[in-house]
Amino acid sequence: MIGNLEYSTLQGLWWLLCSVVGALFLFLNFVQGGQSLLWTVARSGEEKSLIINSLGLKWELTFTALVVFGGALFAAFPKFYATSFGGAYWVWIIILFTFIIQAVSYEFRNKPRNLLGEKGYELFLLINGTLGILLIGAAVGTFYTGANFQLSQYNLVTWTSPLRGLEAAFNVFNVFLGLFLVFNARTLGAMYLLNNVDCDGSPGLEKRLRNATVTNFLISLPFLLFVLISLLLMKGFEVQGPGKVVMVSHKYLSNLLANPILPVLLLAGLVLVIWGVWKTARTDSRGGIWPGGLGTVLVGLVVLLLPAFNNTPFYPSKVDMASSLTIYNASSSKFTLTVMTYVAMFIPLILAYIAYVWRSMAGKRITIEDATSEEAY
Amino acid sequence: MIDHLDLTMVNWARAQFALTAMYHWIFVPLTLGITWIIAYYHSIYYKTGNEEWKRLTRFWMRLFAVNFAIGVATGIILEFEFGTNWSNYSWMVGDIFGAPLAIEGLFAFFIEATFFAVMFFGWDRVSRKFHLFSTWMVAIGSNLSAVWILVANAWMQNPIGQEFNPDKARFEMTSFKDIVFSPIAVAKFTHTTSSSMVLAAMFIISVSSWYLLKGRHQVMARRSIIVASVFAFLASLFVIFTGDQSAYTVAQKQPMKLAACEGLYRGEEGAELIAFGILNGNKKIGDDQKPCLFKIGVPGMLSYLSNRSFNSFVPGIEDMVSGNPSRNIMGTGQKMEMGKTALAALAEYKDKTTSGDAAGAAAALVTFNANKQFLGYGYLEKPEDAAPPVALSFYSFHFMVILGTLFPVVALAFLFFAWRDTLADRKWLLRLGTIMFFLSLIAHWLGWIVAEVGRQPWAIQDLLPVTVARSNLTVGTVQTTFFLFLALFTILLIAEIGIMLKQIAIGPEEG
Repeated sequence: MIGNLEYSTLQGLWWLLCSVVGALFLFLNFVQGGQSLLWTVARSGEEKSLIINSLGLKWELTFTALVVFGGALFAAFPKFYATSFGGAYWVWIIILFTFIIQAVSYEFRNKPRNLLGEKGYELFLLINGTLGILLIGAAVGTFYTGANFQLSQYNLVTWTSPLRGLEAAFNVFNVFLGLFLVFNARTLGAMYLLNNVDCDGSPGLEKRLRNATVTNFLISLPFLLFVLISLLLMKGFEVQGPGKVVMVSHKYLSNLLANPILPVLLLAGLVLVIWGVWKTARTDSRGGIWPGGLGTVLVGLVVLLLPAFNNTPFYPSKVDMASSLTIYNASSSKFTLTVMTYVAMFIPLILAYIAYVWRSMAGKRITIEDATSEEAY
Repeated sequence: MIDHLDLTMVNWARAQFALTAMYHWIFVPLTLGITWIIAYYHSIYYKTGNEEWKRLTRFWMRLFAVNFAIGVATGIILEFEFGTNWSNYSWMVGDIFGAPLAIEGLFAFFIEATFFAVMFFGWDRVSRKFHLFSTWMVAIGSNLSAVWILVANAWMQNPIGQEFNPDKARFEMTSFKDIVFSPIAVAKFTHTTSSSMVLAAMFIISVSSWYLLKGRHQVMARRSIIVASVFAFLASLFVIFTGDQSAYTVAQKQPMKLAACEGLYRGEEGAELIAFGILNGNKKIGDDQKPCLFKIGVPGMLSYLSNRSFNSFVPGIEDMVSGNPSRNIMGTGQKMEMGKTALAALAEYKDKTTSGDAAGAAAALVTFNANKQFLGYGYLEKPEDAAPPVALSFYSFHFMVILGTLFPVVALAFLFFAWRDTLADRKWLLRLGTIMFFLSLIAHWLGWIVAEVGRQPWAIQDLLPVTVARSNLTVGTVQTTFFLFLALFTILLIAEIGIMLKQIAIGPEEG
């Protein structure tokens, strides 16, 4: 069956799959959100340990989602991989740096003779949770606002900005998208910790986590509204023929309306996030992370799908529009996409065992005994 | 395709990749190997319920975890460095090379990430059976990741299952099966994972030897050594076997690499395998000087290693650089001409296609197809460029082999004295034991130098030289990230060593 799929169907399918991984990554950013909350929510060493040990169970999932997102883009859209990583060099290098320092921090933080001290590794976690996510948001923003590259006849990249990708962080839309992701991650982080940490030994912690959920959600709102309204109003890039890309008014609004599933997903996503926050703020429930997380996945999906279909280049070039990348000109061959689609049949199985293990481990919330055990972070 | 070759930038990008790979390979082989041994210890605990085995399992798990994190951190850089520093490579072979990387993430990293948390924190959170299952899954997941990254690396050494698409000017996959089951991939995987098991076993032997020398944790140390030395002995025998297989596949697919590793300038029948030698530093390709100032060799052995026949002909560097018509070996000069013809035909094909000249494009394509086999040679400047650095390849190869031969002997000695229960009295062996981890780490590094330096100047053997695989970056940019990575990795390594030594000094909790 897969062997008979049209090339364009496979290209669309693979953008969808990459978007699903990307959207799941945005949900799993509750780890990064939790890392930045460490500095505002925890009031004692014990509370810090509780938070770190709870996040420590999940940090690798987020990290792996990022690696798989990169790997899937490499396999399915190698021209994007080559253009963006080789071109927007500095923005990616800094993002990577924030993830290197994250990866060691859980394991090294509380160990004796760790060179940089507890505070050093906690600072690493903060940098990853804020700067890392902000820049990822700015990089994703360029899917809408465009990037500064030219491709030669042989697809060699020339980047026209000396900032090599960091210029993305000087665009208001990109930065606001990044800031929204940072505060949304903090909202999710607070809801996750509420769900996973046993606050009985630290009575104030539960209240602070509930407050943090609401506060961070409220801070994220103006950024979200700015991004959404801009999306509906802004000019966008449209492919009007081979090598012909032009700016069109209300492009992303028309993309949204062209596929009725997208506005439904967006609306459902927003409602779910609000519901998660409301449950956390107004009831005794600890389950706000589930609607909040699902809502984030849906909103993330829309953000990644919106600039890729309906004759739209997902990675437009501001300086040479003909170089813009579409899912059709940037993809792997039909053969490779077909092989990869057979591989992708296993994704439900992978998601199933992750969910099963998550459930098995979630039976008992993180207590202070866990946070001070031999294996504790 | 690339008009201006900035060699300085390319060399800094190579240095950066080598730096990242070397740091990465401090941690990864230990992870690959020790997970099996931990899973074995855990299984004994599961069967016997003996708390001593539990303590031992938890202790090695703790060291494993410290090590694992930094392996993950350096690994993500390697993946993305293909994009940042080698973007033309990513574009030209991404259609083939990206797939194993994505599969590695999907099939291996998620297993590791998911079950690692259970293995480490599952002692009283999940059932004993599921906990043990998770420990085994971490071992399987780690080694599955090795499968896929080595499939990708093997494809660079032996690019089969692909075809060049002139319209897109890139290589595209034609057979996934050929890529996955390439003989180089199979040899690489078996050699790498078995030698990682040796390294991990040697790590346990090193730490346990130190305990015995200090008279601490003696029961745990002896138990650890018994299991580790059995692992080390069996795995190191297998390493010798897979090493022989690797050499055979290299001889078949990358004869230039083998010739460099052996310092074989002029091919011969019944070629000897040099056990050890000192190269003549003044020797140049094509002159009459002897390649070695001193050597001890086994006659006919290199021929046997290469072709499974003691009298067969093994080509030397000069045969492949200058050509040897009597042996039907084409010289690099001729390949360069064909490569340049292919590149010119490709450019013409592009121009004619753009201008709508179908007949002209078809004619250019015929010329291109007739010469595309040597496409990469079109970028070389002189025939000698096709040879890798001989001294580095030669010494790396020989020191690796010497160390590889030492490992089963040491493992057997440990096993023998452990069985006689006189290990604590054999101070010389215990002292040797403490450095075995470092010796096996050096052997691993040397192995990678052989694999990667030995295939220069190619990123993709015969098809894409590293000079063309690069990104369009300034020297300053790559230098800056090189030193940033160097500083960061070094700080993290110092921290890791400090933590590991402290954890070893603390030791397992005593019952």
